Amino acid sequence: MAKVIQRRSLTLLERSYLWEIIKGMGTTFKHLFRNFKNPEKMQLMSYPEVEVQTPQNYRGSHRLMKRPDGEPRCVACYMCSTACPARCITIEAEPSSDPRIEKKPRKFEIDWLVCVFCGLCEEACPVDAIRMDTRKVAISHYTRKEFIADMPRLLNWDPKDFPANDAQSQKAPGGKQNQQAKQIWGLEVKHS
Amino acid sequence: MEMVKRPLPAGFQKVSGDDNTEEYFINMGPQHPATHGVLRLVLRLDGETVRECVPHLGYIHRGIEKQAESETYLQYVHLTDRMDYLTSHMNNHSVCMAIEKAVGIGVPDRAEYIRVMVLELNRISSHLMMFGCFGGDLGAQTALLYGFKEREVITDIFDELCGARLTMNYFRPGGVANDIPDTFIARVKKVIVDVERTLEEFDRLITGNVIIQERSRGIGILTREDAIAYGCTGCVLRASGVPYDLRKDDPYSIYDRLDFDVPTKQNGDSFDRYVIHIDEIRQSIRILQQCIEQIPEGPYRSKEKPSYRLPAGSYYAATETAKGIFGTYVVAEKGDKPWRIHSRSPNFANLSPIGKMVKGHMIADVVTVITTLDILIPDIDR
Ligand code: SF4
Ligand code: SF4
Repeated sequence: MAKVIQRRSLTLLERSYLWEIIKGMGTTFKHLFRNFKNPEKMQLMSYPEVEVQTPQNYRGSHRLMKRPDGEPRCVACYMCSTACPARCITIEAEPSSDPRIEKKPRKFEIDWLVCVFCGLCEEACPVDAIRMDTRKVAISHYTRKEFIADMPRLLNWDPKDFPANDAQSQKAPGGKQNQQAKQIWGLEVKHS
Repeated sequence: MEMVKRPLPAGFQKVSGDDNTEEYFINMGPQHPATHGVLRLVLRLDGETVRECVPHLGYIHRGIEKQAESETYLQYVHLTDRMDYLTSHMNNHSVCMAIEKAVGIGVPDRAEYIRVMVLELNRISSHLMMFGCFGGDLGAQTALLYGFKEREVITDIFDELCGARLTMNYFRPGGVANDIPDTFIARVKKVIVDVERTLEEFDRLITGNVIIQERSRGIGILTREDAIAYGCTGCVLRASGVPYDLRKDDPYSIYDRLDFDVPTKQNGDSFDRYVIHIDEIRQSIRILQQCIEQIPEGPYRSKEKPSYRLPAGSYYAATETAKGIFGTYVVAEKGDKPWRIHSRSPNFANLSPIGKMVKGHMIADVVTVITTLDILIPDIDR
């Protein structure tokens, strides 16, 4: 059903312009005083001085998750690099020294200049080994080479930056069989 | 001195006529702030009057459709974010619907409600942006700031919901990427209150403003016949008096369960094209309120798959975005990659009649027409 809206014509007062200007200025000044009264509610940020607080699930730069013993949780299954639309993840696998795990990555590189921050790698990983919750979005370096994040850099994160009540975001064996894995390893997840 | 005969720019025909005035050509864009991106308009001017206007496209062509042929279906979804970046959820929705249609995946009820809420929020944010630009391009910078201010709140909601502000990549075939956060409904309720207040303010500040009215009334008239002939959709078509809205006329998702109107205008001039956006936002708010009441519990996504293999054939799905009808045409062959994907973008069709619309108007009116057509260049070139 269509709704037809009729147009009204201008009144004499409106055609005199002056009243309209006063009305417009009134609105502008109302905003000005409202902003003076509570500046926190302004949608403004002094960006380089004040850091932007992005929400926890913001898709920022990646990190690789760790097992409680500090080894990367990644099992080099290549799911993330297959899912990646930008093809910016380079993985080289090697046999793992742990008999319960088949493979581990020898090289794991993400080219942040090519990455489009789509989040598909995070979603594809079967053992929750790659995450994008570092909330670091302003990545800047001097050379192109520095934008290629290698494994030590991806593994270098501070557990204090992540919610302590979410054991999965800390050092923990990952995946759906987390409980089971913990039993096999005989480990309890330590916070921080 | 002999006049140098320059060749006519591409797209123009030689007109024989008045020799008393000198006609000249001017390039508006591709770096003009009011052309909303890298649009180049070649204008044939007589003094300040536009005699002819030919848009030149291709300055931001990225070959997205070609790239789609080397991506899987799931990987293609995020590329549509980069087409019309103000309505990215709606573009994603169209691709997801095409895949769902082909593979036969059902979408859970809760996911449909989440989708519709997100789509309507997206529509509001796109329309607010249009208001802002409309005011800004006509010289009222205040409007630009107010429009952006309100849009920022909606962007923050998306930020929390899907982890990105512009390139959302939130829709997946068979649902959405993740469930809504606990704060979502409360924030949407707050946005509804805020936007209603802003609309009132806009009505006071812009709609009733005499200068705006005089600069937009009767400018760039698009007749009903032309609008249909050029394939215009969305607000541009409805401002010309055709009450055509896919949400009503070919209901997808759960739009047939919701109660809303399709605002239509008769004159087809710039002012109508502007005012219709206000009415559309009011309808979007109505939809949002109904969704908040009706949203059920349940899963947000049907069983997920790492990749989709479409049975050979061709599939089409279209959504009504904030700009018009965005359609995705998929030709599938064997394998998990499309053979060809074509996107029917609303902005391309909406821009096409511009030559007809600005003929005989002043050069400043070209800006009015461009903003009220609400075009976005990355969507035209893809
Ligand atoms: S965010 Fe997207 S583009 Fe970046 S590495 Fe992950 S899958 Fe690839
Ligand atoms: S998907 Fe996960 S486990 Fe597999 S290679 Fe990528 S990060 Fe490692």
